[in-house]
Formats: sequence, C-alpha cells, structure tokens
Amino acid sequence: MDATPINRDLLLEKAQALITSIESSETTDEQLELQIDDINSLKDNHLFQELGKMTRDIHDSIMQFRMDSRISDLAETDIPDAKDRLEYVITMTEKAANTAMGVIEEGSPVAEKLGNQASVLKAQWQKFRNRELSVDELRSMGHDVEEYFDESERMMSKLLSGFTEILMAQDFQDLTGQIIRQVINLVNEIETNLVELIKIQGEAQAKGESMEKHDEAKKLDGPQVPGKETTDNVMKGQDDVDDLLASLGF
Amino acid sequence: MKILIVDDFSTMRRIIKNLLRDLGFNNTDEADDGQTGLPKLQSGNFDFLVTDWNMPGMTGIDLLRAVRADEKLKTLPVLMVTAEAKKEQIVLAAQEGVNGYIVKPFTAQTLKEKIDKIFERIEGK
Repeated sequence: MDATPINRDLLLEKAQALITSIESSETTDEQLELQIDDINSLKDNHLFQELGKMTRDIHDSIMQFRMDSRISDLAETDIPDAKDRLEYVITMTEKAANTAMGVIEEGSPVAEKLGNQASVLKAQWQKFRNRELSVDELRSMGHDVEEYFDESERMMSKLLSGFTEILMAQDFQDLTGQIIRQVINLVNEIETNLVELIKIQGEAQAKGESMEKHDEAKKLDGPQVPGKETTDNVMKGQDDVDDLLASLGF
Repeated sequence: MKILIVDDFSTMRRIIKNLLRDLGFNNTDEADDGQTGLPKLQSGNFDFLVTDWNMPGMTGIDLLRAVRADEKLKTLPVLMVTAEAKKEQIVLAAQEGVNGYIVKPFTAQTLKEKIDKIFERIEGK
C-alpha cells in the first residue's frame, strides 16, 4: 500500500509562517498555538486519507473476491460450455443443409427423367392423334405409358419422402435458436459482470446485488447437446422418454 | 379432427403442421405460446393439442395445467413436443396429465406413433 505523501510545500509554507510569527514580537501565544494546531492537522489529514484508502482497498478486495467466484465460473465452465453449444449449432445447421442438398441432388435427376419420359410420350401421343402410328408402334406406346405410370408412382413417393426429409431437417432452426438464446443470455451476464467490475475499480461503493441471479431453480435446459449433461437425469432420446413414461404407466 | 399447434418457433410449427398434413390431419391452427393458445382452445372446438414446453409468455406446462383445470377442455388430448429432456420434467408433465411426450429432435415416424397411441388409448376407454 502506497502511503499518501505529506504535502511538503504546504508544510513548508506553514512552518515558515510559524517561524515568522515566533520571531515577531507582536504574536500572541494563542496565535502561535493556532498555527501549531494547523500544522498538526496536516498530519491528521494525512492519517485520515491513509485510513480511508485502506478501508477502500479492503472493501475492493472483498468485492473482488465475491465477483471472482462467479467470474471464474464463467471463464471455467460457462464460456467453454457455450463454445461447445455453438459448435453444436454449426454441426446441426451443416447437417440440415447437407440433408436438403442431398435430397435435391437425388431428386432432381428423378424429376428430370420423368419429365423426359413425358416428352417422349407426348410426341408419340401426337403421332397417334395424327394417325401416324402403326399397330406395332401403338402397342409399344401402350407399353411405354404403362411403364411411365408405374415409374411415376414410384418416383413420386420417393420425391415425397424426400420432401418430408427436407421438412424434418428444418427442426434445426428451433433447436439452434434455443441454444443461441442461451448463449445470448450468457453474453448478457458477462457484460453485466464486466460493467460491475469496471464500476468497482472506478469507485469503491457498496454494490453486489447483480451477482446472484444466475441460479434460477426453475431454469429450463433447452435442447440436449450431445456429450453434455449426460447424467442419469437427462433422457438421451425418445426411447428413454418412452421407457420412463412406460414405467409411469403410460 | 381439429388440432392446435403451440410453439414459439414458427419453423417448428410449420414442420409439425406439414407432418400432420401428411398424416391426414388437414385442419390445424397455430399459436406462439400458451397465452395466445389458450383462448383459441377455449373458443375453437379443438380435438387435439400439440405444444412445446419452453415458450415466452405462458409455457407449455402451464398451458397443460390450464387445459386440465378448464371444465370444457380437461379431457383434451395433449401431446408435448419439446427439447426439455430432464427426467423430472417428463415426470412432471405426466403428473399434470400429458397424453404423450416427444423430445426434439424427433422423426415423422415418432410423431405418427405417439398420435396413434394416444387415440388408441382414448378409444380403448
């Protein structure tokens, strides 16, 4: 702790004034006493300042300590946890994008093939309407039409299941949204703590209400992130949920 | 069959709506939390409720409680579709009278199974 230096200029000025007063025959004893007291008070001021500074330092240290446990929590647990969650967001969005593109890549040739077959059939049909088809060609067209119907039935159900797959892949938006919200809350908390820290550093005032709000007992956990919170308490998937509900008589 | 879908994420509502349509349920309506969902239920002659849990305003579990406490709605089948996967939460939902519980992410097949099962049980009674 640095001691606040005594104001030497002021002391010198007062001491010189005292010497002048002592040397002067006109000065009364009362006046001399007042001047001596005045010089003494310089020492007192210095003492009070030291005491005040010490008190502030102790207060700061205590506050710092209270902050530290939450801040170290944030640094050791919450921030790495948030990073993992954000990684999971990347994984999920990537998976969804790949699912959609996969279905499109598989489905596009199917749709194209059906379109081409329809064009061929349309040309044959036109010829038939113009009575340009031989009996053999007509028979062959009948065969092609039948094949086309079978094919389009099969392909359509394939396309439809692809659409369902794309639809389901969009659930990432809900789940990643929930995760990102959690991370935003964390960032808000860090911001609050930082502001608090800056305040404490700037001026030593009694503070500290904002610390405790983190532990809400009723906090909802949101989406399960693989590799996180794998305690017995958390269901790993629908099968676990079904087992639990079955045990409850569902 | 008229179904209300309650979820704060519009994409999830859309997914569930489309899946239900694939399953043959065309008559659906949506709400973004319990607060907007409950009045719809009270005035809308719904036969089925699909709800999320974690929503701003009124959560799914509170909506479930409100439904069970409402004389007109108390027998309404409720399927919860949520990311909440803690044991206590599932037990709580069961205690509050949920009819089915699906954890996100889920598949179209799971949704179909749970809905079928709920109706089987209702018709069996």
